[in-house]
Amino acid sequence: MTQEILQAVVDGILTGGVYALMAVGLTLIFGVLDIINIAQGVLVILGAYLSYSLSTKAHIDLFVGLLITVPAMFVIGVVIHWAFIRRLRGTERTSMTLLVTYAVALIVEGVLYKIYGADPQSLNASYTTNSIKIFGFYVTYIYIYGFILAVAIVGLLYALLYRTRFGRSVRATMQDETAARLVGVDVNRVAALTFGIGVAVTAVGGMVFGATQAAFNPNSGYDLISRLLAIIILGGMGSIAGALVASVFMITLESVVTIWQPTWAVAVFYAALVLVLVIRPEGFLGRKAVRAQ
Amino acid sequence: MSITPPWFSRNVFAMGAVAVLSVSVLAACTSNGSSSSSSSSSSSPSTSTSASTSASATGSPASTAPISIGASLSLTGDFSDDGQAFKKGYELWAADVNAKGGIMGRQVKLTILNDASDQNQVVTNYQTLINSDHVNLTFGPFSSKLTAPASEVAARNGYAFIEGAGGAPSVFDTPSNQADHNVFDVSLPVADELMPFVNYIASLPASQRPKNAAYPMADDPFADPPVQLAQSKLQALGVQTVYSKIFPAEPTDYKSAADAIAAAKPDAVVLGSTDVPTVQAFMKAFQQQHYVPKLFIAAAGPDQGSAFTSAVGAQNAAGMMVPNGWYPGYSNAASQQMVTEYVAQYHPAGGASGVNADVAEAYSVGQVLQQAIIATGGIDNSKIISYLHGNVTLNSVQGPVKFDALGENGAAAAFIFQWQANGTSFVQVLPQGVPASKPILNPKPAWSS
Repeated sequence: MTQEILQAVVDGILTGGVYALMAVGLTLIFGVLDIINIAQGVLVILGAYLSYSLSTKAHIDLFVGLLITVPAMFVIGVVIHWAFIRRLRGTERTSMTLLVTYAVALIVEGVLYKIYGADPQSLNASYTTNSIKIFGFYVTYIYIYGFILAVAIVGLLYALLYRTRFGRSVRATMQDETAARLVGVDVNRVAALTFGIGVAVTAVGGMVFGATQAAFNPNSGYDLISRLLAIIILGGMGSIAGALVASVFMITLESVVTIWQPTWAVAVFYAALVLVLVIRPEGFLGRKAVRAQ
Repeated sequence: MSITPPWFSRNVFAMGAVAVLSVSVLAACTSNGSSSSSSSSSSSPSTSTSASTSASATGSPASTAPISIGASLSLTGDFSDDGQAFKKGYELWAADVNAKGGIMGRQVKLTILNDASDQNQVVTNYQTLINSDHVNLTFGPFSSKLTAPASEVAARNGYAFIEGAGGAPSVFDTPSNQADHNVFDVSLPVADELMPFVNYIASLPASQRPKNAAYPMADDPFADPPVQLAQSKLQALGVQTVYSKIFPAEPTDYKSAADAIAAAKPDAVVLGSTDVPTVQAFMKAFQQQHYVPKLFIAAAGPDQGSAFTSAVGAQNAAGMMVPNGWYPGYSNAASQQMVTEYVAQYHPAGGASGVNADVAEAYSVGQVLQQAIIATGGIDNSKIISYLHGNVTLNSVQGPVKFDALGENGAAAAFIFQWQANGTSFVQVLPQGVPASKPILNPKPAWSS
């Protein structure tokens, strides 16, 4: 039993990294734009399909393919912002974005069904099945690479936000949009670029998701979005590091519970969310911790 | 520097929590929208009449108008790969019938609505088809989970409910079917479908039987009954159970459960699955843990032709088994004709081996209804129900169909099929000793590197 729990903990930590890759874009978009992007789950699947196409049609390695899919998803993000998000104004803007991004999800899903059909697909490479033995069980390379990528992307986003001029504009917009305009920040440009970056990151999350999890089809995003939202709330909405911490915590907890009783795993996942928010409403790294950044 | 971000208000957290709960409900319902799409086998617009529901259910034998048949299918959502295959089966049957002049001179017109794999939407769809579209007849949806609530709508309106993918005991045990006996499943009843596998184990010398087995099951009325029956029978044969747990029907991560099984290294795995992704997830996790079960059988998934082999890789498919009542190589003239037509029209990867069993199940529904219409001389649902309960034996691409009192196909025989020849050939392997069965591949070949 000890061995099983140890394996479940390692599985949970590494799989948590995969979820962090999918959640950081969501929390970044919320932090800057006050948008709860319901389309994030479907965009993850879109990222997985782009990697699938490059891998199967052009025989490009999944990681090398990110050099194409990340910019492509960035452009898609900017276009979505330009076409659907930037027009929303007023006090109902945040709630309206729920509906608008849900509509975006339906559109993207429909296009994916049209192009790829309903048959499930998966991403395959040598490192998606090859593994090394640690503590008496095997850990697959893709999980290790995925976790390293998650930490690296969190670090890169921090560097972008706190070490660049663009990052200062983003933080100024996050703190007070009106004041940012008054000091000359092009808020619309910042919003479009931030939405683009948030979507671009999902290209990485989609690739790792497709390579590690069950086969996906255009509908798979809907099973993801509720978990991703739970993760970013638990981590502290808008906190990039919080998304990583919450992903690891939630998925590890779920993984351990699955050993005991799989049917309870999902319930415990959401019960943990409620419990933590009762004790700490701002989430793990919300409010005070974010201010200290 | 202390900054208070305005976006970290409690209102925003409340909104986020509402969003999570909303989307959780959305995901739990496996619905991605309640909008419906419609398709038809003919290019004519939807038939809309002012006839009452009862008039539609009774039909008019002298009419030459097209026979309108309504169905709800999971064109999106968790069952979308099966739903899409079912749609092709229904449409292929309708096209064949119409090409031959229709049924008793009447063309067939299909109206197919999308239920997005959702139990509430499927009920709404059949209410729409019957009470608003006034279709003459209905076909069933995909999965036992959706068939049970849908059949109750049909029963309330006096419609016969012929279906091909609702074989779970819970479908026949509904109060409406117990009272009205309107459900007819043309396919194999699921409860006993793993018995050929159990009988095979029993036929092995004790030294060659699996010593232990794992039974992971999806929380689904289709997946659990046959696996639980197989578990009890195998335990009686001395096969030790090392894992028997039910997991949620729609988890996003199976790795922990699969890793726990791999750690126990059972000789056999009997997986209560409903779809390809579930089977693929377990196979992938087993491969990652360098664990190859000697015998690996799944309740559903490997029967989905190229949809399965493309997801798991053809070489990994070798040795995978699945129970069913039909396979593309079935030596039935109508079946061969259907497979040929399907391959010509849809070009599945792997040719004939890539034809999904769902297609045959859907096609059989149409065939059974066609024979009932001809035998009763029209589209009166009550006459069709009486006829189908009349101890008649009908023909289908899946073989003979004969309904018992609850509408289960008592003439269907359970077979076990297996992918062989590096995943390029899907063949019948059990029961042993019958002419169509090939030698079983035991143990399962290693995973491809």
